Amino acid sequence: MKKIFNLSIIALSLFIGSCNNDKQNTEQTTAADATTTAGGQEAVKDDESAKDVVKIAVGSKDHTTLVAALKQAELVTALSNAGPFTVFAPTNAAFDKLPAGTVEGLMKEDKKADLQNILQYHVAVAVYKTENMKDGQVIGQANGDNITLSVKDGKVLVNGTANIVASIPASNGIIHVIDAVLLPPAKK
Amino acid sequence: MKHMFSRSMLVVSLAAAGFAFLQGCKPKGAQSAVGGDAAAKVYVAPGKYDEFYNFVSGGFSGQMSVYGLPSGRLFRVIPVFSVDPEKGWGYSEETKPMLNTSNGFVPWDDLHHIALSVTDGAHDGRWAFGNANNTPRIARIDLKTFRTAEIIEIPNSAGNHSSPFITENSEYVVAGTRFSVPIGDNQDVPINTYKQNFKGTVSFIGVDKTSGKMNIAFQILTPGINFDLARAGKGKSNGWFFFSCYNSEKANTLLEVNASQKDKDFIMAVNWKKAEEYAKAGKGVKKTVKYAHNTYDESTHTATSAIENEVLVLDPKDCPDMVYFMPCPKSPHGCDTDPTGEYIVGSGKLAAVIPVFSFTKIQTAIAAKTYDGEYDGIPVLKYDAVLHGEVQKPGLGPLHTEFDGKGFAYTSFFVSSEIVKWNIQELKVVDRVPTYYSIGHLCVPGGPTKKPWGKYVIAYNKITKDRYLPTGPELTQSAQLYSIDGDKMKLLLDFPTIGEPHYAEAIPAELIMKNSQKIFKIEENKNPYAAIGDNNAKVERKGNEVHVYMTSIRSHFTPDNIEGVKLGDVVYFHVTNLEQDWDVPHGFAVKGANNAELLIMPGETQTLKWVPEKVGVFPMYCTDFCSALHQEMQGYIRVSPAGSNVPLTFSTGKTEPAPAAQQ
Repeated sequence: MKKIFNLSIIALSLFIGSCNNDKQNTEQTTAADATTTAGGQEAVKDDESAKDVVKIAVGSKDHTTLVAALKQAELVTALSNAGPFTVFAPTNAAFDKLPAGTVEGLMKEDKKADLQNILQYHVAVAVYKTENMKDGQVIGQANGDNITLSVKDGKVLVNGTANIVASIPASNGIIHVIDAVLLPPAKK
Repeated sequence: MKHMFSRSMLVVSLAAAGFAFLQGCKPKGAQSAVGGDAAAKVYVAPGKYDEFYNFVSGGFSGQMSVYGLPSGRLFRVIPVFSVDPEKGWGYSEETKPMLNTSNGFVPWDDLHHIALSVTDGAHDGRWAFGNANNTPRIARIDLKTFRTAEIIEIPNSAGNHSSPFITENSEYVVAGTRFSVPIGDNQDVPINTYKQNFKGTVSFIGVDKTSGKMNIAFQILTPGINFDLARAGKGKSNGWFFFSCYNSEKANTLLEVNASQKDKDFIMAVNWKKAEEYAKAGKGVKKTVKYAHNTYDESTHTATSAIENEVLVLDPKDCPDMVYFMPCPKSPHGCDTDPTGEYIVGSGKLAAVIPVFSFTKIQTAIAAKTYDGEYDGIPVLKYDAVLHGEVQKPGLGPLHTEFDGKGFAYTSFFVSSEIVKWNIQELKVVDRVPTYYSIGHLCVPGGPTKKPWGKYVIAYNKITKDRYLPTGPELTQSAQLYSIDGDKMKLLLDFPTIGEPHYAEAIPAELIMKNSQKIFKIEENKNPYAAIGDNNAKVERKGNEVHVYMTSIRSHFTPDNIEGVKLGDVVYFHVTNLEQDWDVPHGFAVKGANNAELLIMPGETQTLKWVPEKVGVFPMYCTDFCSALHQEMQGYIRVSPAGSNVPLTFSTGKTEPAPAAQQ
């Protein structure tokens, strides 16, 4: 990037300088030193706004596995966006319930697509609050597959396996803490 | 025939040669005035910040714009004196009172000058002040929010041009009247009784140290002349204010000719510390006059307009040693004090010299009463006694002067379209650069303060013929950025501006950006119509008023289905943005509203008044792309005929079928 810029400055100075032979002024100083944050929206410095779904997850000691997985799957930037998102957030204990080696396997570089698929299966683009959830409701998830909700006595169960044990509003959506990892349906 | 042919060939070839010469080498042309390193000097790479904020007056747009320097990128247009449908400014119920005046609601004005707040004569980054030139007012913009926080009307004034210049510790901003006018009980007088009946005033508007809140501390009654521009003293001259005046002829018609008769007009020197003492000592007279004072409360997110009834007027006749006139050649426009406070530079629009006055000599002349008579009872100091010297033949049409803190002054010349750099002590021109074209004001970052930041001078031009792609009869006005860190000024960049730029100030970004507010805390929202949380959303009828307490959060309104409104009702949508996330405003608009949109900042409540004119179902939606489901952020409001028995109902997310009777 910088190289291209330097080249264009030289080209420009050659063009303009062709009359006055004044070619010494090719310093490549950019005028300003202060810089915005590198990276995506997750890197924006902001201590005033409410926390987004990523920042809430990062701040939870029960979600270290999920956060590590989101980083490995390169989903942190997307989930720091305006959303709005509904994130079904399995606890560390929920990941621990998976067969031994599953998480470690998914964290390998060559399994990134599988990890992304699973994590995106935990995200819907819209805000679904528990009070608006209905028994039998089907929700399309970010990976393209559906989840099905069942509501009994005010308790919500996802795909018949994962209980919503807590719900936390975030600046860009809502997090539902669940006690089991949701597994996308097998590809047909 | 052959002869003619060869002659025309000759013309053609000469023209071609000339063309080639021009194309190959344009030594004095506008384009080659740009040095080879100019691009690098103004290039602010993606992800990098500009070094300075440039607050630029919008002139007849009535607004203030904010650019980055050196890039010339436009960041924001702050609505001040003119309505702005884009931001709902002057359209929402909460902001309408900001534009109230003693003449009622005034939707437009002409903002000419900027004054940034200072502490000990240096920028402190707290507030920007702007003047309304037509219906005299001063506005204070809060630089935490980049919004207009307060507007005060200036009574006994007409054409608030000589404003809002500021004292060394922001004690006062001033407002000198451009037009003298009849003042007092009988204002219905023949215009040609100008000399008997017309008076001028300069007002000193106190600024509260902590809150910034303004009040008119006192006005000084002056002869019926025109005040043009002004600067406070600083350093050794702190405590004084200098106002340029023209039309000492007291003409009331064809001023183009009749106000240019005398060789010299005046700079009026005011000892404001003395004026302060007189005001405290009760030397002033409280005059009854109505003027509006509008404030925007950040906790209620609502403006209120109060009408004040009184102003304290000091008459120089009763207050000796407070006001003096200094002769200044030919209708002075700019009146600028250098960073040391010793030198006051007058710029006579029609003068062939730039006179520079010495504060030390002014004090000596006052002490020794070295007068050249009186003007309407006010002592006139002898020109030669107060003059440091004149810059001879500096250019044509001097207007304004800024300073770099290194002993140099930069004066704009409208007629000769140039900036001239000169040595203040020696009164010698050291450099000049053309501007394209017809420069008015100019700005050095920190130029009017005790601590100029230097580095650049920016020209604000009135005419841009051929500088940009043409856009019909009216072309953009423009700014031009020059570097001043070397011996020679160098043109770096042209950038277009909104409205017509008059004065501007530039300030290091770090003085402002660290204080920039990101959201309004929802728990601190004290708007009486706020709905804090979806559960508090409701619709209430009060007679023919329907109040919708609505919330917005990604990505829905609550309520989004409303029925039971009837023709003849007046609907108020009080929309609370529940977001607590930086840069996530929501908009609100309803079809057919004879109004604008609302643009509601995170944590804020704003109200749109809607008087439905037709029966039917009217869509409403979020106008600011807020989220992936922004397009889904919409709803309906049903309007029934007057006398209809449709009950008032509201809901969000209710999907049950309607009862048969109401289908």
